[in-house]
Amino acid sequence: MNKIKKTFSIKGMHCASCVLIIEQSLKKVDGVSEANVNLVTEKATVAYDSDKVTDDKLNSAVANAGYKAFIKEELQSEDKERAEKQKELKDLKFRVVISLTLGALVLWGGFPTLMDTSPSILKNFWIQLLLATPVQFWAGWVFYRAAIPALRHRTANMDTLVVIGTTVAYGYSAFVTAFPQVVQRIGTEPMPYFDVATIIIGLILLGRYFEAKAKAGTSEAIKKLIGLQAKTARVVRDNKEIDIPISEVVIGDLIRVRPGEKIPVDGMITEGDSSIDESMITGESMPVDKKNGDTVVGATINKSGSFVFEATKIGQETMLAQIIKLVQEAQGSKAPIQRLADLVSSYFVPIVIMLAIATFVVWYNLGPEPALLYAILNTVAVLIIACPCAMGLATPTAIMVGTGKGAEHGILIKDAESLEIAHKVKTIIFDKTGTLTKGEPSVTDVIAFDNGKENEVLRYAASLEKFSEHPVAMAIVAFAASLGKSSSHPLDKAIREKAETEKTELFAVDKFKANTGKGLEGEIIIVGSPKKFYFGNRALMKDISIDLGAHEIEIEKLENEGKTVMILASDSDLLGAIAVADTVKENARQGIEELKKLGIEPVMITGDNFKTAMAIANKVGITRVLAEVLPDQKEAEVKKIQAENKIVAMVGDGINDAPALAQADVGIAMGTGTDVAIEAADITLINKDLKSVAATIRLSKMTMKTIKLNLFWAFGYNIILIPVAMGALYPSFHILLNPIFASIAMATSSISVVSSSLLLKRFRLNGTQTKSLV
Amino acid sequence: MLDKCGMNETIVTISGIIGIIFVFWFFLMKKEKKEVAVIGSVDIIVEGGYSPEAISIPKNKTTKLNFIRKDSSSCLEEVVLPDFKIRKHLPFNEKVVIEITPKQTGEFKYSCGMNMFHGKIIVTD
Repeated sequence: MNKIKKTFSIKGMHCASCVLIIEQSLKKVDGVSEANVNLVTEKATVAYDSDKVTDDKLNSAVANAGYKAFIKEELQSEDKERAEKQKELKDLKFRVVISLTLGALVLWGGFPTLMDTSPSILKNFWIQLLLATPVQFWAGWVFYRAAIPALRHRTANMDTLVVIGTTVAYGYSAFVTAFPQVVQRIGTEPMPYFDVATIIIGLILLGRYFEAKAKAGTSEAIKKLIGLQAKTARVVRDNKEIDIPISEVVIGDLIRVRPGEKIPVDGMITEGDSSIDESMITGESMPVDKKNGDTVVGATINKSGSFVFEATKIGQETMLAQIIKLVQEAQGSKAPIQRLADLVSSYFVPIVIMLAIATFVVWYNLGPEPALLYAILNTVAVLIIACPCAMGLATPTAIMVGTGKGAEHGILIKDAESLEIAHKVKTIIFDKTGTLTKGEPSVTDVIAFDNGKENEVLRYAASLEKFSEHPVAMAIVAFAASLGKSSSHPLDKAIREKAETEKTELFAVDKFKANTGKGLEGEIIIVGSPKKFYFGNRALMKDISIDLGAHEIEIEKLENEGKTVMILASDSDLLGAIAVADTVKENARQGIEELKKLGIEPVMITGDNFKTAMAIANKVGITRVLAEVLPDQKEAEVKKIQAENKIVAMVGDGINDAPALAQADVGIAMGTGTDVAIEAADITLINKDLKSVAATIRLSKMTMKTIKLNLFWAFGYNIILIPVAMGALYPSFHILLNPIFASIAMATSSISVVSSSLLLKRFRLNGTQTKSLV
Repeated sequence: MLDKCGMNETIVTISGIIGIIFVFWFFLMKKEKKEVAVIGSVDIIVEGGYSPEAISIPKNKTTKLNFIRKDSSSCLEEVVLPDFKIRKHLPFNEKVVIEITPKQTGEFKYSCGMNMFHGKIIVTD
């Protein structure tokens, strides 16, 4: 049984009887042991067994009584974690100060050259024992407390090594103090090494203190994101504006936002307009102008105007909550590169203990006199210098900083594996519409062939197109609709004049059929008899055996301008053509250039014909174009490039090209609306900026470089220094490692790994980096 | 005297070999504990490792893993379930509920933040 208590808000209460009704309804839920409702605070506190009771059950119990409960999971209570961390740091600091102070006194009285200057009391072995004991068993208790339960599980960790190492040094010293004659009898000078035990404990604790402080920095991004959330919302209810906690906002609430205020949840503007700073979510520094009907995102800041918006997403559904969840998930995932470190660290500590035993035996048997002392000190040095922590921290800390850094710039990485693969990408395929272009095509030319009328062409085409949901179709229908309303739609002057005299009305269409990737067909009744119309690209015309003949030149001219040309035909007659053009995104060319600089080949994929595609490709600087690819062939095209032994990324909108995104080694989706969790994508760019593709690759390269450096350092450190501690350099150079220096090296190694990961924070994603990283 | 020293060396060598064998056997030859079958919810005590160390849970059903950290070692302050993309801070002496709904069967390992302590979740049909 898991008894827990939860407090949540209830709306709709107005008298004491409401309280009773809700309490009774909640108590009826199987598993609820206690329910108290407060009318004044409008809150219920319920104690229940979490194995039996879910939030849904509590919600429906309150709903059955005729009220509404607001049981929202808080984003995450970071305060508690922070408070605990601070307490831990304070405790560590105290232990460090005491152990290093006492250790320094012991060192002064016991270390060969220093002891000449120390007061005689400190040279007394019993006084040294007295000073060392609290350090060993009080300050050092943290190591015992961790090592003993681990031993029960037959597991060993870094604490085990510290415990064995310091206990050996302390135990030997205590023995020497108590029975000096025994040690003397075996030919060894009775000299205790309390300084070794105490200083090691002090220094390792100090290392842990700095490590804990540095580690807190690796998860800073999540804390920052959580801190972005607004606390209250000004809701318009019954024509009154009231401030309520954000957890009580419901979908459909109208919320007023004044200049300088934070937008509390996601929604759509219903009144007013403003300029909004979305940098905290998208990383884009320029404020965005928003008007009636535009979506707003919670946690962004209203810069100028005052507006009212309708809440459309609340709680865990908001964009911010989704981002936090995604980043948390990425930080919880494991990068494939970590496998080796995982494998090594699972055998590491037992192997070090075995090496330490071997060191003792070799030094005792083969070492110079006093052999026992050399054996003990070198054994302790081996145990203390080994640092499994550095290996354990090398990858996850870099992944945490890397994914957090991405989130700050609107790059959401689904898992560590995607971040790792991204640095190997050699080819990036871009979907054209909506990715390289704005995805908002507009009609640029309407041409009637053989003395036909332009508005007739438009009329037939629009009649067919109104059934289609393709963006091109929508542009044509919007264009046709605008003719009748003399809207501000950018029209060709001649067409507008004609349209004004001859208002366009759409025909009814029968036997409508869409030919995917080719166009449309349908029957329109003209003067009492049905006539078949076709509207589509060259492929469709080829299918119905229509020759473009003399009109080829006109069509080609439009295509060469990067326009998509749709041809209208009726039975076997060519009637005209409509050209639609999409605008290239502002940063597209720059984004592609940056990728080329990184040595990545950009490829464009589109359903358009080759000429139109090339015109757009030239504008953005892409030379390899995959044109006339039907939507269901995109996945196969990705496979083809993968077959060239290339790691391929695919950039698309994540909806129309989901299979291709999933097929690519890394699927990158340009975010749409307020949905960030795009299923098929490994990486989502919520800022929709093409420069972020190169930024993602750079982030991946930098993170991987940091991980490799960390692993190299962590492995190299242990591989080099363990043999040194064992005495490998003694036969040739007479170099031995003092256990105290071993403890300094060990403490520094894990701090340096964490610090190296933290340096990633200083990496600038726009292509330059701070000097410290070069 | 030489004989005595030789005897000491022999004793130290033999003890050393026994010690190494013991360490190898103790840490690296430990038998995996039989998994505990769990339905719905399980308390996992975090103290020098995870108890129970191995659990078996059903596929497609939500299981609550209640981690209670009783070990002050900072190594165990985080639990990472990489296959479920979960990294959670475990406050000392407090119950942290992690809900998982596995979609496929198999063995899924989890560990502390530094990958020194391990636990196992076996998902069965």
